[in-house]
Amino acid sequence: MLGPLILGVWMTGVIIASFLYMPATQGLGVMGRIIVYHVPAAWIAVLAYLMAMVNSLGYLRRGQLHLDRQAQVNAELGTVFCLLATVTGAIWSRGAWGQYWNWDPRQTSIAVLLMIYAAYFVLRSAIDDPDRKARLSAVYAVLAFFTVPFLVFIVPRIYFSLHPDLINLSDRSFNMDSRMLKVFLASLAGFTGLYAWLYKIQIRLENLLYRLEMKRSE
Amino acid sequence: MLNQITIKALSKAYRRRVLFKDISLTIPDRSAFVILGPNGAGKTTFLRIICGLIPATSGQVEIIINGQVLTAREKRNQIGLVSPDLALYGELSAVENLEFFAGVRGFSFSLDRARELLHLVGLQGRGHDLLNTYSSGMKQRLKYACALLHQPHILILDEPTTNLDESGVALVDKIIKQHKQRGIVIIATNESREVAYGDQTFTLA
Amino acid sequence: MEIKPLPWLKQSLAVWRKDLRIEFRTRYAYSALIMFAITTLVTVSFSVGGFALDADISAALLWIILFFSAMAGLARTFVHEEEAGTVTALKMAAQPEPVLIGKYLFNVTLLSSLTVLVVPLFLVLLNQKVLLPGVLVAVLLLGCLGLAGASTILAAIVAKAGAKSSLMTVLAFPVLLPLLFAAISATRMAFAGGLPRAITTDLLMLFFYDGTAVVASLLLFEYVWNE
Repeated sequence: MLGPLILGVWMTGVIIASFLYMPATQGLGVMGRIIVYHVPAAWIAVLAYLMAMVNSLGYLRRGQLHLDRQAQVNAELGTVFCLLATVTGAIWSRGAWGQYWNWDPRQTSIAVLLMIYAAYFVLRSAIDDPDRKARLSAVYAVLAFFTVPFLVFIVPRIYFSLHPDLINLSDRSFNMDSRMLKVFLASLAGFTGLYAWLYKIQIRLENLLYRLEMKRSE
Repeated sequence: MLNQITIKALSKAYRRRVLFKDISLTIPDRSAFVILGPNGAGKTTFLRIICGLIPATSGQVEIIINGQVLTAREKRNQIGLVSPDLALYGELSAVENLEFFAGVRGFSFSLDRARELLHLVGLQGRGHDLLNTYSSGMKQRLKYACALLHQPHILILDEPTTNLDESGVALVDKIIKQHKQRGIVIIATNESREVAYGDQTFTLA
Repeated sequence: MEIKPLPWLKQSLAVWRKDLRIEFRTRYAYSALIMFAITTLVTVSFSVGGFALDADISAALLWIILFFSAMAGLARTFVHEEEAGTVTALKMAAQPEPVLIGKYLFNVTLLSSLTVLVVPLFLVLLNQKVLLPGVLVAVLLLGCLGLAGASTILAAIVAKAGAKSSLMTVLAFPVLLPLLFAAISATRMAFAGGLPRAITTDLLMLFFYDGTAVVASLLLFEYVWNE
């Protein structure tokens, strides 16, 4: 009970700081503050997918259904954060460049990630048998992962992108005001905590549902 | 050299319905094993597990040839399966089917061998007709040809005489007797005449 | 996992030959591919009239046609095995990898023969000029290899999932998007010209995508094929 409480207080602090403590970004005004929510959401969306992929690989090698439940929960959470990231990204895009959507590589990649998540769940809903469902959706998750890094990491490096680079690779400095940086990192920590906490609750729920279904059929 | 099939504590359950539990037995070389049971008891499932087509819920099946336990990949060329739910390619001729199965197993194909097999199963002269012009009895005969093509040590027959006329039944009789002399035959059936082949029988409830 | 690439060659070729033979006799998949491509081409050409389209748009159009034709036709090779019940015989006889490679080769054959037919028709009906024909050939080749590469294993998944009609497109679209973007971009430059560096980047991207798709499929296929 203490953990979630601290998390709640932490995130409240982050939200307040993002409006009062953090300076407004030049030229973006209030909209600039969204960066503190957008980027962590996007990172968690990708992290969750990474976890789902690892769970899927584990399931393929060991065939234990609980790994499939883990993959599913990670995918569900990932979808939520991905949705958040896409929407906040569109809002930022409107504020910075006038359009909600411009298909720049990073914006495209978050949309593609959302599509992969959606496809994952469509596939799962098309199969009844639990072992087959687990196996085929695991294969899909891993297969799609091989193309996602292409979009998220390689393509933006190759193609010119409107997307601002937060980390300046040439001089390895953070391209951000120090106060903004603090709030940003705090938000990142908060989002990660949020993800971990939601995961814990969801996986417990899924495991209980599974045990209930097993009991019912005896 | 040791050739046998060892089954240890084999169990299979679908969702919650248990088909069979804790079956342990050994099938020695040069013998026939017959599995009996009413429809839906799980005979086909049992055979499919031995073939490696579906996994067991628990337990193991070990196929030992020349003293070595075969891996899943090695099993393929040591088993010949004839089953009602095994279909061959209708858009190809008998010879083309045999050619394909030889090639995909990694063997060279010879037309002579194909003719020999077709003659054995009574399909001589019909080798170049497409399978979708065959009667179901003829298709069953070709299944035997395909099962024997790669000279497997183990022959697995699910309802061996389905769709066969008198001469077909005699053919199966001959094949089983011949194969018993050098390999292992596993049969799933309810026909009493086929049960008679079994050196060992097992009934699924 | 025993890795013996050379024996796989003979076995894969056997699968390829078998599928080609069957396709030749039934034209089951090919007709699906052709129908979609021709219909779209004719419709667009008719409505566009004599005008030449912008290179951006026609490049996208070409790949829309190829993508959706692929969706219509490339799943058939696995779906047909399931529907005809020949999966069991195939599983008993073949290792998983030759099945994948053989069917991949089949899909590549299918798609490239479609491309050879459709692209000249496309250029003629839409009055499309090609500034860099060598680039166009390269994009089409790499694009088809990649389109077939990702689609084959997805086709196997879809066949096992009950082959409900739109499932193939839903699964394939996000996975193929990087390929489509690179292909469209390079095609546009093949039509209207572009910087060599930009062209090489796109072609390289396609090349790496193809390699990744094939290797990933090879590693994952046995999990789709075996129960």
